[in-house]
Amino acid sequence: MTWIRRNLVLILGLLVLFYTFIPIFVVVLMSFNDPTSRLIYQFDGFTLHNWQNPCEDPSMCEALSRSIQIGLLSTIVATIIGTLAAFALVRHSFRGRTVSNLVIFLPMAAPEIVLGSSLLALFVGAGLAGQLGFWTILIAHIMFCLSFVIVTVRSRLAGMGDTLEQASADLYATPRQTFWRVTFPLVFPGILGAALLAFSLSFDDFIVTNLNAGNTTTFPMYVWGVAQRGVPMQVNVVGTLMFLIAVVIVVSGELNSRRRARALV
Amino acid sequence: MASTAEAAEAAVLSGIDPDPDASSGRRKGRTGYLLLLPAAIWLGLFFVVPFYSLVATSLFDPSGSDSKGYEMTYHVANYWTALQDYWQPLLRSLLYAGIATLICLVFGYVLAYAIAFKAGRWKNLMLVLVIAPFFTSFLVRTLSWKLILADDGYVVDLLQTLHLLAEDGRLLATPVAVVAGLSYNFLPFMVLPLFASLDKIDHRLIEASSDLYGKPIVGFFKVTWPLSLPGVVSGTLLTFIPAAGDYINAQLLGSPNQRMVGSVIQSLFTDANNYPIAGALSMILMCLILVMVLFYVRRAGTDDLL
Repeated sequence: MTWIRRNLVLILGLLVLFYTFIPIFVVVLMSFNDPTSRLIYQFDGFTLHNWQNPCEDPSMCEALSRSIQIGLLSTIVATIIGTLAAFALVRHSFRGRTVSNLVIFLPMAAPEIVLGSSLLALFVGAGLAGQLGFWTILIAHIMFCLSFVIVTVRSRLAGMGDTLEQASADLYATPRQTFWRVTFPLVFPGILGAALLAFSLSFDDFIVTNLNAGNTTTFPMYVWGVAQRGVPMQVNVVGTLMFLIAVVIVVSGELNSRRRARALV
Repeated sequence: MASTAEAAEAAVLSGIDPDPDASSGRRKGRTGYLLLLPAAIWLGLFFVVPFYSLVATSLFDPSGSDSKGYEMTYHVANYWTALQDYWQPLLRSLLYAGIATLICLVFGYVLAYAIAFKAGRWKNLMLVLVIAPFFTSFLVRTLSWKLILADDGYVVDLLQTLHLLAEDGRLLATPVAVVAGLSYNFLPFMVLPLFASLDKIDHRLIEASSDLYGKPIVGFFKVTWPLSLPGVVSGTLLTFIPAAGDYINAQLLGSPNQRMVGSVIQSLFTDANNYPIAGALSMILMCLILVMVLFYVRRAGTDDLL
């Protein structure tokens, strides 16, 4: 009993953690489901069919590949221009710092529906109502990923200080050498983290996308559509894969940083 | 790519250059502006300007249409119409988001506290596990809640056996399901800031409290809780704001009686093509949230922090 009392908080914490995984168990389980009817969403029997035929509904894979394309493109653009801005904010002085901090902060604080509807108002006002699609989605995604990239890289830059760079300069490294051999490797984990964050934000976005997509369909929009008329089990295959890939990336990053920390000692 | 890399390089080169008058560690000159320029243009064009378009749209004459075009008549009455027609979903959104935020705070605090103080060398692993479930698509996750809460599912069965739910009672299509979905989906937004502030607390302060014969519970409320307030404030904001604008949970887990304001705005824009009212409703939501946030931050800032 005393053991339970002493570890009560930990036990409760683990229970909460377990609870967050319940829907994931269901997603994995349903990816092996052999449904008798598309309309009744329940586990009927085990099959590998969904994993062997992921693209049974070609429109799902089409939406999925569009989401990946948009995710990659918006990640690349947002990471590059966001990293530049983070360097500017931490390492350079300029006027209008308060305003720029505010403009960076607000997209993260505003509800998505407001962001999405204001962009739609702009596009429609500019006479682009008929052109909504891939490019307008991309513009929107870069916009909301940008703030998250800037904030992530900025905190990494601000946290690392500049003592190592000064040491490198003291040891007669040229500024170029200092940047590529000291600064960049130190900031890189932050940039990588920002890129991963940007990709998952873009890939998973529904509310902003749905307003600015016109007739184009991304993966979340596809799921939204089929939720009304019966969900193909392959959706759960994609859900399981996303979970596995993310876990592998995050865990390997964690192990890598641990190995590096040990090497330093 | 190459040119941006060079730009970055050039930028940092000037940043590292010994500069006697930069005691703050920040370099002066044009490079800072140049580095900021692309991001500034993007956010200006696609965040600041659209916001202006939204304000303008909300003041258009409501008699216009998508095909005829809209006339700018500074029709402030749009706001009144939007409030009159949609005050229910608006209030409901704030209410559901508020309850979900409280539930997240309780669950999230326990989890964050366990990770920060009890997890020991498993701290990082547990943090990874907190985020991991949220890498599956938001919609797929929410759909699986639909299955868990289904009428013939285990949860409903269990609650019926325990007589917590009537024989013909259900969870799906009720506010309970919507709030459950919201509090599940936004939990990491609560846990991470809470953990960040709990992890920073100096353990010696808590030890000092018990050395001075403070009971653990007193120590918690006089030391740990006040020190974790910054995390509580940012966690509740990061949960409340997206939850108030969300309509995925309400739509997938609720019924039309649980319609939230996001869904109304969305359908006014895309189905009804009623841009002025949709714009006004969007502005109202934004302003309500802003006022609540300012009020809340002030309260939280003056109550216990000082």
